[in-house]
Amino acid sequence: MKNLLKSFRITIAFCVLLSVGYILVLWIFAQVFAPGKGGNVETLTLDGKVVGAANVGQTFTDATHFWGRPSMAGDGYDGTSSAGSNKGATNEEYLAEVETRVDSFLAAHPYLSREEVPAEMVTASASGLDPHITPESAYVQVKRVADARHMSEDDVRAIVDECVEQPLLGILGTAKVNVLKLNIALEEVQK
Amino acid sequence: MNTEIIGIIVQVVLLVILSFPLGKYIAKVYKGEKVWSDFMRPVEKLIFRVSGINPEKEMDWKQFLKSLLILNLFWFVWGMVLLVIQGYLPLNPDGNIGQTAHQAFNTCISFMVNCNEQHYSGETNLTYFTQLFVIMLFQFVTAATGMAAMAGMMKAFSRKTTKTIGNFWHYLVISVTRILLPLSLVVGFILITQGVPMGFDGKMEVTTVEGVEQAISQGPAAAIVPIKQLGTNGGGYYGVNSSHPLENPTYLSNMVECMSILIIPMAMVLAFGFYLRRRKLGISMYCVMLFAYLLGIGINSYQELGGNPRIDEMNIAQDHGAMEGKEIRLDAGGTALWSVTTTVTSNGSVNGMHDSIMPLSGMIAMLNMQTNTWFGGIGVGWMNYFTFVIIAVFISGLMVGRTPEFLGHKVEAKEMKIASIVALLHPFVILVGTALAAYLFVHAPEFVASEGGWLNNPGYHGLSEMLYEISSCAANNGSGFEGLGDNTWFWNVTCGFVLILSRFIPIIGQVAIAGIMAQKKYIPETNGTLKTDTATFGVMTFAVIVIVAALAFFPAHALSTLAEHFIL
Repeated sequence: MKNLLKSFRITIAFCVLLSVGYILVLWIFAQVFAPGKGGNVETLTLDGKVVGAANVGQTFTDATHFWGRPSMAGDGYDGTSSAGSNKGATNEEYLAEVETRVDSFLAAHPYLSREEVPAEMVTASASGLDPHITPESAYVQVKRVADARHMSEDDVRAIVDECVEQPLLGILGTAKVNVLKLNIALEEVQK
Repeated sequence: MNTEIIGIIVQVVLLVILSFPLGKYIAKVYKGEKVWSDFMRPVEKLIFRVSGINPEKEMDWKQFLKSLLILNLFWFVWGMVLLVIQGYLPLNPDGNIGQTAHQAFNTCISFMVNCNEQHYSGETNLTYFTQLFVIMLFQFVTAATGMAAMAGMMKAFSRKTTKTIGNFWHYLVISVTRILLPLSLVVGFILITQGVPMGFDGKMEVTTVEGVEQAISQGPAAAIVPIKQLGTNGGGYYGVNSSHPLENPTYLSNMVECMSILIIPMAMVLAFGFYLRRRKLGISMYCVMLFAYLLGIGINSYQELGGNPRIDEMNIAQDHGAMEGKEIRLDAGGTALWSVTTTVTSNGSVNGMHDSIMPLSGMIAMLNMQTNTWFGGIGVGWMNYFTFVIIAVFISGLMVGRTPEFLGHKVEAKEMKIASIVALLHPFVILVGTALAAYLFVHAPEFVASEGGWLNNPGYHGLSEMLYEISSCAANNGSGFEGLGDNTWFWNVTCGFVLILSRFIPIIGQVAIAGIMAQKKYIPETNGTLKTDTATFGVMTFAVIVIVAALAFFPAHALSTLAEHFIL
């Protein structure tokens, strides 16, 4: 019984130290140093209007935009129910689905050969909210986007070039492109 | 060399470098020597005064365990109550409702035992209040429980002959104030600058570029993520854990989070050596564990960066490895490294979906949890290794005809019995649990169908999903092949019991062994003593672990992961 009372009292003490104290320190730090306002999600704007979160992917299906990866979050890029496919490597049903995605990607980009279709564009991300694609995945879409926007391929490629983020310190991890940032850059050029 | 591999190497090298000073620091903290964090002393005094605890009072091993178990029992009630009534509590801007009883039972036990297996999704089944006052609180204090248990064992062995092993409450509190809290703050600061949210607003609603409404869950994630990683907890703020771009937004945040998983478990092993002034023993244990860890990283990186052969057959460009269930910014190498790191410890956070990793990577992840001794959960991982050391001492003693001794204390029948039970309990629980699930799946299809069918993948992989789930519970890991529909009556209850058995029986057994051995007469080392800090003994321990722990699972793997690998 004495131990139980001690347990209760120490739990309350820990609540004050951790669930209140520790949280408060981090919250105050976030008010000053977080990239998002008030410690909330960092947003991106287009024409002064908030159009999304910098780190969260969103659905792009229009031919005038660069597309992101297949998403299993809700009906696609649902920011309240992150999820991956959880399909195993040898699951036939899953492999058939990937095959279908390859076909539709090729249908949308008829100028590509099969060997040029990047695997990451036909496989679902872990969170369903992956904001990035690889630079290759962006470059293979350039012609489609340029045609749909009546821009020259070189102009579009130049925008992609600017949006490529190099690996950390140039040597750690992969190069990547934030799809939302890229599309915003594209919209801003052609206002 | 490509940059994915450099990323892996840099993280591992940094980990090894950082674990030495941290190990020294941890040893000093538990010894009560002067350290920079002594300014926390008034805070600790206040906690002891509020709780009515005298931290100076020495406990024997039975009193020590009694305090530990009663405290955990209290936490269980605390968590159950808050989770069920969370819908009525403050800090609930998204209006989430309370958990059902069996779900709360599972959640509560799972966090109480430092497992953090999640049969729910954080965005919808928890409120900000329960995230902070149940989940995050448990992540600190249950990690500290494991550390306190190990501190007690170190104290037991540091004295020649002793009845007492220190004060449980004292170790518990200083583990939080001196180790977990300062490190969490540092990691939290870094994550906030990288874009992990730390606010209290509800969902953010935006209209996307293409005019679709998108809602995005946010909240105080940057407070929970650090301790989730550092305390070998692993229960993510978001459903998909550290693969969520808000929980882990950049490669830098990924490095910090991944290293946070292993840094304390690594340092604890070294701390044992420093504490007992037996550096060589600490380092030899460390090397055996590091060897197993590096072996796993090698295999998983090769598998994941190499890609899925079935996708290769489609003749498309798979230049970045197997990307199903992985994120671009973290890359296949980052997920391979994490998958090993999170399973050698009892962490269980993920930065990619383990259900979709290659079969052999899945096997390594499972074997790590099935042996459950390479670094392990903070405190308890080293204690599991200690169990095998006792067995190895005994076997080698018999082989070379010497009385089995460890650290100047005889190992006798009683300790051996406890060690054997602890060592065999683990495969027993996992294999029986999996067999039960597989039996029901085949022979009670209506029951399984009424639970939603459980499996997300057919064939060998389906068995892997079940084997992984039970292994993860038994290792108090908490990661999963998440395709398994596990928020059901069967899995919640089965896993709940597996979790309790596998957390508390080993802790009780290991502390008891240390307590019993410490009471024995100290025998000074002579030329006739079996040396336990040599490479030979390290190899011996490794062999015992492989034979006793890993090989028990070979038939199960032959039917699941290995079978799947051979049909790739």
